Amino acid sequence: MTKPVSTPVNNLEKIRKSLGRRNRSERLFRWYGRLAIFIGLAAVTVLFTDIVSKGHGAFRIAYLQLDVEYNQDLIGVDNLSDPKQLILANWQAVPKQALREQFPDVSGRSDKRKLYGLVSNGAGFDLKDRLLANPLLLGTQEKVWILADDDIDTYYKSWLDGEPYAARLSDKQVKWIGELHDQGKIRLQFNSNLFTRGDSREPEQAGIRGAVMGSLFTLLLTLMLSFPIGVAAAIYLEEFAPKNRWTDFIEVNINNLAAVPSIIFGLLGLAIFINFFHVPRSVPIVGGLVLTLMTLPTIIITSRASIKSVPPSIREAALGMGASKYQMVLHHVLPLALPGMLTGAIIGMAQALGESAPLLMIGMIAFIVDIPGGFSDPATVLPVQIFLWADSPERAFIEKTSAAIMVLLSFLIVMNTSAVWLRKRLERRW
Amino acid sequence: MNAINSVTGAKADVKQNLEVADNQVTVGSCFTEAPKMTMRNVNVFYDDKQAIHDVSVDIAKHEVIAMIGPSGCGKSTFLRSLNRMNDTVESCRVEGEICMDGENLYAPKLDVVELRARVGMVFQKPNPFPKSIYDNVAYGPKIHGLADTRVDLDEIVENSLRKASLWEEVKERLHQSGTGLSGGQQQRLCIARAIAVSPEVILMDEPCSALDPIATAKIEELIEELSQNFTIAIVTHSMQQAARVSHRTAYFHLGRLIEVNPTEQVFTMPEHELTEAYITGRFG
Ligand SMILES: Nc1ncnc2c1ncn2[C@@H]1O[C@H](COP(=O)(O)OP(=O)(O)O)[C@@H](O)[C@H]1O
Ligand SMILES: [Mg+2]
Repeated sequence: MTKPVSTPVNNLEKIRKSLGRRNRSERLFRWYGRLAIFIGLAAVTVLFTDIVSKGHGAFRIAYLQLDVEYNQDLIGVDNLSDPKQLILANWQAVPKQALREQFPDVSGRSDKRKLYGLVSNGAGFDLKDRLLANPLLLGTQEKVWILADDDIDTYYKSWLDGEPYAARLSDKQVKWIGELHDQGKIRLQFNSNLFTRGDSREPEQAGIRGAVMGSLFTLLLTLMLSFPIGVAAAIYLEEFAPKNRWTDFIEVNINNLAAVPSIIFGLLGLAIFINFFHVPRSVPIVGGLVLTLMTLPTIIITSRASIKSVPPSIREAALGMGASKYQMVLHHVLPLALPGMLTGAIIGMAQALGESAPLLMIGMIAFIVDIPGGFSDPATVLPVQIFLWADSPERAFIEKTSAAIMVLLSFLIVMNTSAVWLRKRLERRW
Repeated sequence: MNAINSVTGAKADVKQNLEVADNQVTVGSCFTEAPKMTMRNVNVFYDDKQAIHDVSVDIAKHEVIAMIGPSGCGKSTFLRSLNRMNDTVESCRVEGEICMDGENLYAPKLDVVELRARVGMVFQKPNPFPKSIYDNVAYGPKIHGLADTRVDLDEIVENSLRKASLWEEVKERLHQSGTGLSGGQQQRLCIARAIAVSPEVILMDEPCSALDPIATAKIEELIEELSQNFTIAIVTHSMQQAARVSHRTAYFHLGRLIEVNPTEQVFTMPEHELTEAYITGRFG
């Protein structure tokens, strides 16, 4: 076993030989990386195109133009300020009569029912709102655009796209729509209901406002509770707590808590807040409390990491100047750690916004029409609304589901972008 | 080959001498008349490991005392026990008596906040706060409530920066960040920050080790000026620096204080052979 003599010349040869192999593995590795990124991007692209192609239609909805007459006798109202009359009134009679006038030769009960089915069941109430906002209209006539029924909307959109879907319409209804189209009396308009209304059994009347407000109240409470508690816990653990077995134990358990599946927090919330403390079901208070439990570990962990990243020399400088520990934290550590803490909070909030499982457990899955106005009003949240709509049989809910997903995703994108922006913006280097 | 042998030979000599050092008393003039600080039988431990063994020494008023010795010999540990910065190290325990003007710094009723206002510190690596130059200097006076008005505070800031010979360089940009200055300027800013609360003693732990020679020269000049008003204890690994700035020099070896003598004497006629071995560069 004699070792080959290493001379500068034969070393150089060896290095050159190995160079080819090293470069090859580097090239290969780069291609693996590119492939991985390509797969990731492709998955995101497929997901987004699918959602957008399904959901973009929901932002426009079909309206019919009809000549309506606000006839006192027909509606059964002569005084718009009498609440009793308003309740007993037959609002839907107005669009029905307008339809009869538009198609005078329709006769027979079943044909008439089909004719009335062209407009939304809620069309009468829309006209009522219009009348209440404008009482002088009572007794007059006007041309208005009236919300079409969801089946009509679905058919009309598919027909415009060249692949008519008429499974739920009769031949007569198809013919009527054709006539309305020729006269320019049916058109797609921006679907403002989607953003201004709560949930509804009628797809054309359903909106995400209720769910958005529910999410807002729930998240607001989550943020108000989890941020101060999380930051205080992180500061105490990092700066004040003695390092011993107890704090190790606490640290391990915070990490465990972060790994607990969210549905468990829902069960916990059900057992503690609802069954024990008797907080009502389905309200943002309980939702906020449950999501606080869920986001606390995230906020504590990210806050501790950003406190740790503050260089110890700053702490020494402050203590060396005679600052108390509390002043050191408040004047120096906290301002430097805050961007990281806020980033963590935003990411935690984004997680909470997309969470549905724990909220199902505490009843935030109820069908709620009214838009919640506070923390104690029954509410649902965006992801649960998506779940509810995805589960509905009406075809028109398909595009609504995708539209709601688009709204949810855009919230999440905005939140995550602002977290990245905040980090870039406030990050300090030393 | 020969050279290597002779070096290891020297090391072996020193090792032998260290056995003696175990019950070694400090040689030279440890004690002074009217001392500002007195340390008696100070032992410092990190958990069970003893870093300082039985050190007794005085620091006279308005003197500059330099602490030298091989790295790891406990200079920083000793210095940091003078303003109780060691309190922040959980495993650290200090025994013995450390007094300033006759008052025990480790007495239970003594407040470290007050102590650190009276004994300022400048660290090895310049560590200005990531705030404006003005706020850096104003921080101490603010937290200790030393300035009643904005005008007072402005005056303190200007005076401190002047004393730290930084005023001319930064007066136009007081409100820019202190971390934007050069290394040497940052260290002078830290000195200005320390003297803004008019401490009685200033501790400096290798204040020039991160600086270039020109910045170092400026700081050394500054130390000389400051010694007219402050008592200064400076740790340095540069013997030339100790020779240039200090009045007395203390030589530490493996946690023991070997020799304290007027600087001139330490560098010309050291009393102890370990000191001599160190200053002649036989180890370090
Ligand atoms: N925080 C600490 N924990 C444990 N041991 C320490 C700590 N700081 C210093 N030491 C030990 O104490 C001894 C003296 O260190 P130090 O005072 O930093 O020396 P010097 O400043 O002279 O280089 C060294 O052996 C070092 O390992
Ligand atoms: Mg040191």
